[in-house]
Amino acid sequence: MRADLEIIQEWVKPGSKVLDLGCGDGELLAFLRQQKQTSGYGVEVDHDNITACLEKGVNVIEINIDDGLASIDDHSFDTVIMTQALQVMTRPDQIVDEMLRIGKECIVTFPNFGHWRARGYLAFRGKMPVSKFLPYTWYNTPNIHFCTFKDFEQLCVERNVHILDRTVVDNQHKHHWSIRLWPNMLGEVAIYRITR
Amino acid sequence: MPQSYPQDSVGIVTPQTIRFDQPLSLACGRQLDHYELIIETYGTLNADASNAILVCHALSGNQHLAGYNSADETKPGWWDSAIGPGKPIDTNTFFVIGLNNLGGCHGSTGPQSINPDTGKPFGPDFPIMTVSDWVESQARLADHFGIQQWAAVVGGSLGGMQALQWAIDYPQRLRHALIIASAPKLSAQNIAFNEVARQAITRDPDFNNGHFYESGKVPKTGLMLARMLGHITYLSDDGMRDKFGRELREGKLSYDFNPQFEVESYLHYQGERFSTAFDANTYLLMTKALDYFDPAADYGDNLAEAVHNAQCKFMLIAFTSDWRFAPERSREIVDALVAAERQVSYAEVDSDHGHDAFLIPTPRYMDIYAAYMKQVANDIPSTAKENH
Repeated sequence: MRADLEIIQEWVKPGSKVLDLGCGDGELLAFLRQQKQTSGYGVEVDHDNITACLEKGVNVIEINIDDGLASIDDHSFDTVIMTQALQVMTRPDQIVDEMLRIGKECIVTFPNFGHWRARGYLAFRGKMPVSKFLPYTWYNTPNIHFCTFKDFEQLCVERNVHILDRTVVDNQHKHHWSIRLWPNMLGEVAIYRITR
Repeated sequence: MPQSYPQDSVGIVTPQTIRFDQPLSLACGRQLDHYELIIETYGTLNADASNAILVCHALSGNQHLAGYNSADETKPGWWDSAIGPGKPIDTNTFFVIGLNNLGGCHGSTGPQSINPDTGKPFGPDFPIMTVSDWVESQARLADHFGIQQWAAVVGGSLGGMQALQWAIDYPQRLRHALIIASAPKLSAQNIAFNEVARQAITRDPDFNNGHFYESGKVPKTGLMLARMLGHITYLSDDGMRDKFGRELREGKLSYDFNPQFEVESYLHYQGERFSTAFDANTYLLMTKALDYFDPAADYGDNLAEAVHNAQCKFMLIAFTSDWRFAPERSREIVDALVAAERQVSYAEVDSDHGHDAFLIPTPRYMDIYAAYMKQVANDIPSTAKENH
C-alpha cells in the first residue's frame, strides 16, 4: 500500500463510516473495509480509477468534488479523507469547510511547497520547481493551489479548525527526526487529522 | 443473417412460455387469475441457483435480449451488445433471464390475450400494470426457477425502475441492482410527452376505443406519431445534428409538404416500422406504468426512506446528453441511497446518443458495465462454501 495510506489507516476507527475524496483506484477503502470493517464511499472522476474501484467492489461515485458534495448531510460521516488532492481543487478553503461539515473528523494530506528542494529550485534557478515528486510544469500542472505546512496551519487558525494530529514525512513517506525538528523545510508530505 | 455466429453471440435462442395459475393481485385493485410470461434464457443456472440475472425491459422492449430466434432474423436481441460469452453480462458465468412483462405484446399475457370472462381479447380492458405488479410477477418467475436471490437485477430506463422496485419490495432477493439511464419518478415534462403519445393513439379513428382487433385495422397513424415523438426525445440535439444535420434526400428543396430532410424520412421510417410491430394498447399501458412509478410516494415522498431497507449493492449509470432521463435524475437516486447509508456506485458517461445511449456499446460504458459485473460474479457464493 502507498506509504501515506499506511499512516492514514491507523487514524481510522474500526467500523466507522468513511468518505474518501479523490479515492484513486480504491486501495485505501478496500483495505479499510477488509481490515477495519468500515463502510462508505469513494469519490473520483478519473475513468480508469473508477473502473478499478468497481472491479474491487469499492463503492465509488463519479462527481466533481468542487461542486458535488452539497447533497450530503452534515456530520453524516465519521471520517472524510482527502489524500494528495487539496492542491488540485478550485477552492481548497471551501473544500476543507465542506469536509468538516460532512465529517466528524477529516484527514488531509498534501505536498509541502515549502520543502527545501522546492525553495532551492525557485531561489537558485528562478523557475517553478519540477521534481520527481512534482513532475508537472507550471502550464500543465493539475496542482493549481500549492501551499506549505505553515500556510495550511494558518488557514486552520483562521477558520477555527482544530488540528488533532500532524505527521510529516519525506517522499518515501518515512518519519525522520530531522523532519520533526524542521518540518516545513524537510517534510515533503503533510498528513493532518482535523476537526471543528 | 449469418450462418455462423460470432464467438461472443449466444447464437440461436428459443423463447419459452410459462403459465402461472396462482392469482396475481394488482395495484389497481383487480387481479389476474391466470397468466403467462414469455421468456428467453441464456447460460446455465448453477446448482444452487445463485448465478441468475434478471434483465428488465423498457417501454418497447421484450424477452428477446440477445442472439437470434431464427436463422432468418437479421438483427439480434435488443441488448445483444451487453449479453453473451465474454460480454459484460457474461453467459459463461451467469444464467440470464429476459421476459416480456405482463401487458406486453410479445407473447406474455396482455391486451391481445383472450379475456376468459368474455372470450374476446382484453383490449383496453386489460388491467393497468404498475412496476410493483411486474416485480411481483417476476418474483414468481424466480420461484419457478428455484432462484431465491438474483445475482443481479438489471435494467435501463423503465427497466431500471423495476430494478429499483425490486430492491425495495424484495430486499433479500437480490445482491445487486444495476439501474441505467433511469429516474426515481417521471418529471412533469416526461409525463407530458407520454400524454401527447397517448393522445396520438387514442385519437386515431382506427383505435376504436382500443377494440380494434376485431376490425382487422390497427391505429397505425397514432402509433407512428407516438413513436416519432418518443424517438426525438430519445436522441440528443447534438446527436441529431451529427446524424442528419440539414441533409436533404433529393439534394434540393421541393417547396411542398412532403418529407425532404433526412431527419424527417428517418422518423417516418422508424414510426412506420414500429406501427406494424407494436400493439397500441400495450403502448398506452407501458406509458402509464412509467407515469405512475414513484416508490417514494408510499414513504412520505422521501426516497431515502423508501430505499432504507434495501440490502443489495447499487450501480447507477447515466449519460450526459440524456435529457429524457438526465444524469440529475440518477443522482437523485444516488443521493437517497447515500443518505440511507446503502451501498452505491455511480458513473456518468459522456455520450451524444441521448437516452438511446444505454443501448449503444460505447467503450467507457462497456468498461464500467464489465467492471461492475465482475464484482457481481465475485459475489456469487461458491458452492463449496454453501455445502460446508
